[in-house]
Amino acid sequence: MAEYKLELKGVSKSFPGVKALDHVQLSVRPGSVLALMGENGAGKSTLMKCLFGIYSMDEGQIYIDGEPVTIKDPDDAMKKGIAMVHQELQPVPARSIAENMYLGRFPVKKIGPIQMIDHKTMNEESERWLKELGLDFDVKQPLGNLSVGQMQCVEIAKAVSHNAQVIIFDEPSSSLSDKEVDFLFKIMNDLRDKGVAMIYISHKMDEIKRIADDVQIMRDGTYIGTWPAKDLTTDDIITKMVGRELTQVYPEHKHEIGEVIMEVENYCSIHEKSFQNVSFNLRKGEILGFGGLVGAQRTELMEAIFGIRNLTAGTIRVHGQEVKIKKPADAMKAGIGMITEDRRGNGIFGCLSIKDNVGVSVYNKFLKSGFVLDHPAINKVVDESIEKLSIKTPSKETHIENLSGGNQQKVIVSRWLANDPDILIMDEPTRGIDVGAKHEIYEIMEDLASQGKAIIMISSEMAELLGMSDRIYVMCAGKMRGEITDPADMTQEKVMSYATQF
Amino acid sequence: MTKKTNLKDFLINNAVIIIMFVLVIYTGITKPNFLTTNNLLNIMANMSYRLVIALGIAGCVITSGCDLSAGRMIGLSACIAGTLLQKLEYSGKFFKDMPPLNPFVVMVIVMLIAACFGSVTGWFIAYLHVPPFISTLAMMEIIYGLALIYTGATPLGGYITGYTKFSTGKFLGISYLIWIALLVACITWFIFNMTRHGKYMYAIGGNPQAAEVAGVPVKKTMIIIYAKAAAMYGLAGFMLGAKAGGASVNTGLGYEMEAIAACALGGVSVAGGRGKVSSALIGVAVFELLKAALQYLGLDANAQYIAIGIVIYAAISLDIRKYVRKK
Repeated sequence: MAEYKLELKGVSKSFPGVKALDHVQLSVRPGSVLALMGENGAGKSTLMKCLFGIYSMDEGQIYIDGEPVTIKDPDDAMKKGIAMVHQELQPVPARSIAENMYLGRFPVKKIGPIQMIDHKTMNEESERWLKELGLDFDVKQPLGNLSVGQMQCVEIAKAVSHNAQVIIFDEPSSSLSDKEVDFLFKIMNDLRDKGVAMIYISHKMDEIKRIADDVQIMRDGTYIGTWPAKDLTTDDIITKMVGRELTQVYPEHKHEIGEVIMEVENYCSIHEKSFQNVSFNLRKGEILGFGGLVGAQRTELMEAIFGIRNLTAGTIRVHGQEVKIKKPADAMKAGIGMITEDRRGNGIFGCLSIKDNVGVSVYNKFLKSGFVLDHPAINKVVDESIEKLSIKTPSKETHIENLSGGNQQKVIVSRWLANDPDILIMDEPTRGIDVGAKHEIYEIMEDLASQGKAIIMISSEMAELLGMSDRIYVMCAGKMRGEITDPADMTQEKVMSYATQF
Repeated sequence: MTKKTNLKDFLINNAVIIIMFVLVIYTGITKPNFLTTNNLLNIMANMSYRLVIALGIAGCVITSGCDLSAGRMIGLSACIAGTLLQKLEYSGKFFKDMPPLNPFVVMVIVMLIAACFGSVTGWFIAYLHVPPFISTLAMMEIIYGLALIYTGATPLGGYITGYTKFSTGKFLGISYLIWIALLVACITWFIFNMTRHGKYMYAIGGNPQAAEVAGVPVKKTMIIIYAKAAAMYGLAGFMLGAKAGGASVNTGLGYEMEAIAACALGGVSVAGGRGKVSSALIGVAVFELLKAALQYLGLDANAQYIAIGIVIYAAISLDIRKYVRKK
């Protein structure tokens, strides 16, 4: 028998403009847990998606039990004994537990020519698999009745029922309570004894120590190495994860930082697992960075400040005056603007022109006799933006969906420049855009700060965070974990150590 | 792209309109009575109130909604207008001994009443997130019930000439109904293109989440859209009553479906965000010309429904093709 249950060799994958994976390897022995670690964007999820057949790899080979195999799609992966417990579960909450476990492969019985779902077998089988994991649920109840942790256990039972020999856990613990994590680990230990090979993706150092046999580290889409977990300290892991040169060039910081312009106090989300008791302040002419791992709840916090999400407690003062923000229009009145992370989801209006995309937030400022839109004035503003931010487009009437990501982002920036807020929140301002456009966005940010605007920048890209910020707050799992004010302290290691304080 | 493919695209993208033209010209040549001024004016009069309805419903469709209550609102408005504009000497007069009101005042009254109901529909959609299909369905039932109770299901007639003159009266040889429809089209164009409300409507239709983030008053805009649409149904009901010289609770039945179909056919995207005044105009024109041409060609009146269904399938499939291909 081969030493490794599963091996990946020389896997490469490119997306337009980005090399996401560059000759990455991975190997996992039967009856062991391999922890896969790396920063945001290191390529862990991409690698797993290649393995699972969600993405097709450009280069590389998968081996199961030493035999080369190809995996076409997730269904094919399941048939070959590979299962994945997703970071974000994709079940059908309104249907029963049993139906979810057997979705797509319902047992059937035949009555004459008619095929019927065999509910009895399905329910009995699902109950048996769940019992095997020590779970005692009524399998006829809707899956939605369970907690997220319990749903994950059902997913694991589903994987086991497929007779999966390789199970991938993509950050399963990010939404679990401590007790649920204990239970998850118990199940994982049982599976290990049964010879199942597992890949565990997580950022939580203490969990890695508890469960992993080996640790593989990836960085910037490349393979760094694999070590036995007991040989590594937390510091070792962090150093290996971040140990790269910062190559990006950032504009020189020329702006002057003034007085405090906004104070956020004790912000608490209505969701227990989201941000809680967060306080911070922002100064005039400052670029304030927010660091943290994916799931640190930075976006949720900023969206709450902008009035998209709800609070149970918390106050905000702008220019020393307390303001009530219940919807984005309130935030805009208080002089706050926000460029959201999900450009497609809640940024652009795909089927509208560039002009309409810029104008939508500022029509109140361009009215003749109180209600007629002043099109010549709007055209002037839009033309100036296209010129100033060098937006590449045939005309201002072009639909925004026909532009590249970088140019779309510049249109959204134009919208907020036209709106002229004192405070601009930029959530992952350079995500998914090419290097040239990134640099232009940095120049715009520097320019805004020089004009005395205050900027909050959420960034999951370490180089960008360190390169652009005057000051950095680091969050982890909804809590504020640290503030870095001294430029000498702004190191990757420092940020990562705060970002992993679960 | 070469010129050849451009021509091909042009032909496919405008296939329905081109076929319409061919059909109209063919009918005109073979049936000399078809392309006469009188007949065309008659077709335009039939288009007039349908255009008003379609322009109202277009706002709902652009925000990826619909309005099923339109037909019943037209019925109720026609009935209310009818009861207030009967001749004193008419034997079956609804309000005995009440002198008829000024028709213009009545027009405003029915538009306001309809707008009140429309704002209720809009309120449920905006604030309680009731899907437009359901909210307007509920309003459709309520309005029908109110119309039945109000009229006691009695058909109305015996209108004063001041009212029927809206249909029979002419300015520059063209019926007042057509002038009203043109005026409404101009006002709607102005609202869609020259006011914040219009731009917000397109933004909500294009991406409601982004609209919220961009500070668009989404809820207020939605209520105005449905109230404005209802006011236009009120006007259409008033116009229809004038044209028919009478009204009953079933006046306007099914017109909402015709209007939605006309909008979709003319290029108002049912997925939201796209659509112009010209789209509604083209859609209504295609339907009315098609109906008239088929009638002149001697097609069985019942078979015309099948032809309309086929045109909807063809037009919408071709229209969707334009957007699907872009991705």
